[in-house]
Amino acid sequence: MNSVILGSSYIMVYAPDMVIHNGSTQTTERTVNPNSEYLKEIKNNLRTFDQVVSYLPNQTYIGNITPDELGKYEMPWFDKPLEGATRDGKFGEIMPQDEFIVLMQICDVFDLVKLEKQFVSNTKAKLMKHPLFDDGLIGRIKDGEELDAIKKYVDTEHAEPIYNKGELIGCVKRAHDIDMNLSGHVMFENLVSKASNVLALLNLVSKNNINKEEIEYVIECSEEACGDINQRGGGNFAKACAEVAGFVNATGSDTRGFCAAPTHAIIEAAALVKAGVFKKVVVSAGGSTAKLGMNGKDHLKKGYPILEDTIGGFAVLIGENDGVNPEINLDLVGRHTVGTGSSPQAVITSLVSSLDKAGLKITDIDKYSVEMQNPEVTKPAGAGDVPLANYKMIGALAVKRGDIDRKELADFTEKHGMTGWAPTQGHIPSGVPYLGFCREDILSGKIKNAMIIGKGSLFLGRMTNLFDGVSFIIEANKGGQVETSAISEEEVKKLIANALKDFASNLLSE
Amino acid sequence: MDLENQKRVKEFAEKYGAENIVVILGAAEGEAAGLAAETVTNGDPTFAGPLTGVQLGLSVFHICEPEIKELVDESIYDEQVGMMEMVLDIDDIISEMTAIREEFCKYL
Repeated sequence: MNSVILGSSYIMVYAPDMVIHNGSTQTTERTVNPNSEYLKEIKNNLRTFDQVVSYLPNQTYIGNITPDELGKYEMPWFDKPLEGATRDGKFGEIMPQDEFIVLMQICDVFDLVKLEKQFVSNTKAKLMKHPLFDDGLIGRIKDGEELDAIKKYVDTEHAEPIYNKGELIGCVKRAHDIDMNLSGHVMFENLVSKASNVLALLNLVSKNNINKEEIEYVIECSEEACGDINQRGGGNFAKACAEVAGFVNATGSDTRGFCAAPTHAIIEAAALVKAGVFKKVVVSAGGSTAKLGMNGKDHLKKGYPILEDTIGGFAVLIGENDGVNPEINLDLVGRHTVGTGSSPQAVITSLVSSLDKAGLKITDIDKYSVEMQNPEVTKPAGAGDVPLANYKMIGALAVKRGDIDRKELADFTEKHGMTGWAPTQGHIPSGVPYLGFCREDILSGKIKNAMIIGKGSLFLGRMTNLFDGVSFIIEANKGGQVETSAISEEEVKKLIANALKDFASNLLSE
Repeated sequence: MDLENQKRVKEFAEKYGAENIVVILGAAEGEAAGLAAETVTNGDPTFAGPLTGVQLGLSVFHICEPEIKELVDESIYDEQVGMMEMVLDIDDIISEMTAIREEFCKYL
């Protein structure tokens, strides 16, 4: 029996100082062109927390407005704040940078995150009012250090500095003196990924009324690697995050596949549950600081503020079929194979043609969730509207297959597509941002099914020139098939009685 | 253009001679194609990569431009590019590419 999607969460972290100090576009610029105008200008073009909270795509990401509602607003969106917007969303939240820095310390079990005393005390007071931070989490916060001690770690011991509002307020110490895999920089990136993942897990549990003790397995699917000189990607973010989130009965592992990893991970999770290995599996990922401000130069050139100022995260819970929630149909999994080829049309054909197995047309799928990047971020950078380009390709494939007429192409993208809203955090926008709305839309009967497509640029790792992608279909629950994982006492008695009866009749016949 | 790709283009131009290199792009937008074309002709306009200030002046085309399309076997072109061609703004790409070539290309 197919497994189902029981809930999901989506979180963002406002991180303006990390844009300046940790985004790869900015760190590269500081190396090759330290006196550039861009580096001088960037500080004056960062948004405030309130602007980030009221930004329409962000409110969509955390579930407060739907993709359809977002699509009704004309771009640019950055100058159209959503009135009455709050940091708290139906699916998650947008956390400010100061709270997140303390959450990084909460997630640090090797005493690497050092924070300034006053900063800790001010921010701890804020976190104590946060509904998801219980005494266990608050109890992990350390009192803090003198600023001089932090400066010493940064100046003499290669610690990665942490800034808030332009001031040095802490650092991440290196975890080894010579192993670059445990350098301050790498530890910082990994702790950001871990902390944003933990925030997604906390929201998943709270927003969906989940008993965290029932979770048996976590699959983490970000694009970071943790390990040391002897195993640079050894892992295991999944278990490390489950530990902080209090999933005491869970273990887990990491799945990697660039931006396609979340879709791979959900297929794996759905299969584990369907096979009966585990009853409840979480798929989750934190975000990346390197990608902050990735297209910043183009944004400033076109008169936009820096729009890539948030770290993203998500979590999805997959469980046994309850007869209600939308099912993941594992009979219709699409995959880009080694032999597929890398041309865009070969890629999309391989992912969508899984429909053939069920004799379905492309138009039989109500919604396609592809690379759901916010187009306001990508268009000024010359990368176009990524979801729209994907929908046009699927539409063009539908024309080629004879599923629609060429003149219906524009209608196809409108009817089966959506406006993108996800932050450009690599794996975060890839297929999964729609799962929250998809579950609601299927439960309410607005749509009957959807295809989730994840694609990944494997060539970035220089191990292969290949592209990658996988897809699966979510559909309304067929109902009336509630899974019973245990046999009742009455059934056992009946089975024994039948066996004894057979045994007796065998004896008599002999 | 990706910094590593800039490095490879530069190395190829040094090894085989800039006059012997043709760069074929597959960007999905006129602007993105134009930026990549500018990078391999007039130098990296973002001042970030190895081609910053390096005016290679290479011959550069987009796969959807007629000059390239007519060189490719029709059935292979349809199989590999046909669908992309259906959804791209080819006129915009051609006008961006032509403008860059006319201004910076040294070998046409």
